[in-house]
Amino acid sequence: MRWRVPRRAVAAVALCAMAATGCSHGADSAMDSVVPSASAAPAYGDTFIDSLLGNISSLIPTITSDNASHEVGSQIYSGLVTFDKDLKPVGDLAESWEFSKDCRDLTFRLRPGVKWHDGQPFTADDVVFTWQTIIDPRVPSPYKSEYGLVESVRADGPDVVRVHYSQPFAKALTNWATAMLPKHLLERYVREGRIREAPQNWSAPVGTGPYRFKELRSGEKVVLVSNPDYWEGRPYISRIVYRIIPSQATTFLELKAKGVDAMLLTALQYQRQTSYPAFRQAYQRFRHPGNAYTYVGFNLKDPRFADRRVRQAFAYAIDKRQVMEGVRLGLAREATGPYKPGTWVYTDKVKTYPYDMDKARRLLAEAGWTRNSDGLLVKDGRPFSFEVLTNQGNDERKKIAEIVQAQLRELGVTVEIRPLEWAALLKEYIKKRKFEAIVLGWGIGIDPDQYVVWHSSQTGPDQLNHISYANPEVDRLLEAGRTSCVQSERVKSYHQLQEVLADDLPLVFLYFADALPVVASRIHGVDPGPNGVRWQSFKWFVPRPLQRYTAG
Amino acid sequence: MFAIPLLLGITFISFMVIHLAPGDPVEIISGEGIPIDLKPLQDFYKLYGLDQPLHVQYWNWLKRIVRLDFGQSFAPHGRPVIHMIRERLPVTLALNVIEMLIMVALSVPVGVTSATRQYSTFDKSTTVFVFVGFATPDFWLAVMLQILLGVHLGWLPISGLRLPVWEYLPFWQQQWDFLSHLILPITVATFGGLAGYSRYMRQSMLEVIRQDYVQSARAKGLPESVVIGKHALRNAMLPIVTVLGLSVPGLIGGSVIIETIFALPGMGQLMVQAVFERDYPVIMGNLVIVASLTLFANLVADLSYGLIDPRIRVGRRGRA
Repeated sequence: MRWRVPRRAVAAVALCAMAATGCSHGADSAMDSVVPSASAAPAYGDTFIDSLLGNISSLIPTITSDNASHEVGSQIYSGLVTFDKDLKPVGDLAESWEFSKDCRDLTFRLRPGVKWHDGQPFTADDVVFTWQTIIDPRVPSPYKSEYGLVESVRADGPDVVRVHYSQPFAKALTNWATAMLPKHLLERYVREGRIREAPQNWSAPVGTGPYRFKELRSGEKVVLVSNPDYWEGRPYISRIVYRIIPSQATTFLELKAKGVDAMLLTALQYQRQTSYPAFRQAYQRFRHPGNAYTYVGFNLKDPRFADRRVRQAFAYAIDKRQVMEGVRLGLAREATGPYKPGTWVYTDKVKTYPYDMDKARRLLAEAGWTRNSDGLLVKDGRPFSFEVLTNQGNDERKKIAEIVQAQLRELGVTVEIRPLEWAALLKEYIKKRKFEAIVLGWGIGIDPDQYVVWHSSQTGPDQLNHISYANPEVDRLLEAGRTSCVQSERVKSYHQLQEVLADDLPLVFLYFADALPVVASRIHGVDPGPNGVRWQSFKWFVPRPLQRYTAG
Repeated sequence: MFAIPLLLGITFISFMVIHLAPGDPVEIISGEGIPIDLKPLQDFYKLYGLDQPLHVQYWNWLKRIVRLDFGQSFAPHGRPVIHMIRERLPVTLALNVIEMLIMVALSVPVGVTSATRQYSTFDKSTTVFVFVGFATPDFWLAVMLQILLGVHLGWLPISGLRLPVWEYLPFWQQQWDFLSHLILPITVATFGGLAGYSRYMRQSMLEVIRQDYVQSARAKGLPESVVIGKHALRNAMLPIVTVLGLSVPGLIGGSVIIETIFALPGMGQLMVQAVFERDYPVIMGNLVIVASLTLFANLVADLSYGLIDPRIRVGRRGRA
């Protein structure tokens, strides 16, 4: 079949260009008037054109840590478990699983009949091999520590895998969402310590996922085609093309001109540039809380910030609503702690810090800070002034720093802002603990375990408790939370953890920014939820009359 | 032969600067704000040979490079650097050669005409054009053209090298699609350069036509077209050749801004990504190639002086 270009659209714009008026939105009139309707029948075919901001770094997800590679990898590979709309673990390659009473033994029963893209059967040996690969010291996997408590992984026949943990580990189950690797193709390379040289790493990946790899042009595109043997059935959309467009502004122009079918919008694009009717007809816009929160952190080794009253005073003095309005145009949820609102682990029954300058002043006075004749806050003759570091190029964080600067000035605190290049910031300042305050963010995983961020044992130079937070109560709750596989017990620990953190306030939690994805309207079956819009994208379809790319 | 110590010097300095810059490839893996345990990453330092002292690393690198082994990327794909450069080079090269040809083809006549008709309307209007060209940031012009011609009018593709479904187009549509993707980037890249080159040409022509030999050529009764086109132009071209020679690194290195805005998979993009990821072998590979080509281009420029101006050729022979 020939490649069909939608000519109608081009003609419409050309006409508009000739007319003298009303052309400022010429492109709008060119967009298809498509309103998703539930009645449209699913059909096979069409191409979904997605955009990636960066080049992918490899096609074996086990050794990559960038978003682009994981996005592509998630279509090619699958894990033993995956996550449903509400981020609850559900079976993928594993049909079912079972924990022993002491939480130390985890048994998976694999789904029978699953095949690799090359036709070989997927078996328990592949699961064992995947684990061996991740922990192999010559395999550059950033995920090794996730499997540190695994004592053994055994295949018990072709369909049963038994995992034994040296101690109960709450993330045990979710870690098995990792991409399963084909033993029959990769074993030789892993054994010789050359996994990066395997053809599966760049030109011929083989997985068990809904899409098969077709082509990769470095810096240009990655092409996947539907896997007719996918265990949940052949995906409706026959092809996915990931275009690599390094500039977000260019991606947005491509979106408006329908050169790509989906992207993540910025707050400004969502609020101000995509509300006109033609855009709303051509695209479905979504909004859900993202997986990262932004905070103002303090070096707790600094005696000024070690005083909880000072941190609480700052929390009262920083108007979070103003921050969210000014920085995210309101497209964010207030963070009361390190967990995302709306998830099972979240509780809002914690101490909050609504904007209150009087309370802030009172707390600072209690901590021994007084205002001098110049209006500056002083203690023992020294004025309260500090430097806030953030990473260059992140406009939101720079704006936050500016708002914080202005609001703390009202208290008589002098704040200097210093944006630094990411690598330099990390190596020279964060790791060496040479900072007073920072505006940064933390990504949160699906599992609520945040041991590495808050536990007092994690304050070494290469570890992630940058702010040197140490609280025995928090340590205890983190340990309790991560050593149970019973959700109801974990919820209790994590609710308590949030209460303690909100009261002790190691850092000022600001907000969870909303993720703002758009998907072309012709694509049906998008089911947004806490897990975003991409989950189960293999069930998306384009009704026959709306199909745009009908070649091949 | 003189080029070899120079090349060594260039590689040594770049090697040191890159390695001494804060941040390293292992830290980059840890990503931004993703809680990953960094301890197991220590293995990577060994894997990449980064645990050795800097001078040892440089020596190892040098030993490989004399065998023309550019090494492997530090990125998880670990591909040979030479392959990565090879797939990026044609795009950048094609783009820049076309751009340069257009630039020379336009700027020489424009420069000559404005010089011979100094202060004419044509000269004045090109002067205005030139200053507009100088003052227009190419990233701004690029976005404006993308919005106008790409989004609003829909005449030209906005970015990329070809349609994502290019393979399914018939042959002639494929060619047109490819060409139409190049129009915007080439226009933008040429616009800024054009201003500079036509100024050089004008300036150099103005100097030459004041020379005595031009007067004597006219006195001989030669037609003006021969005086300008043959006698004056040759000499006026000399500075242009130098400038062109100097712009060769750009031919290979690519334009970071143009390639990023237009999403073109060229050398500029490769280099930027390598720098952000601290992918030392790729950065160094790029640098070596660009540095050698620069030296080579300077050599070619030197030699071509002789072609254009016989005096230089004769002068050297006389001294020898």
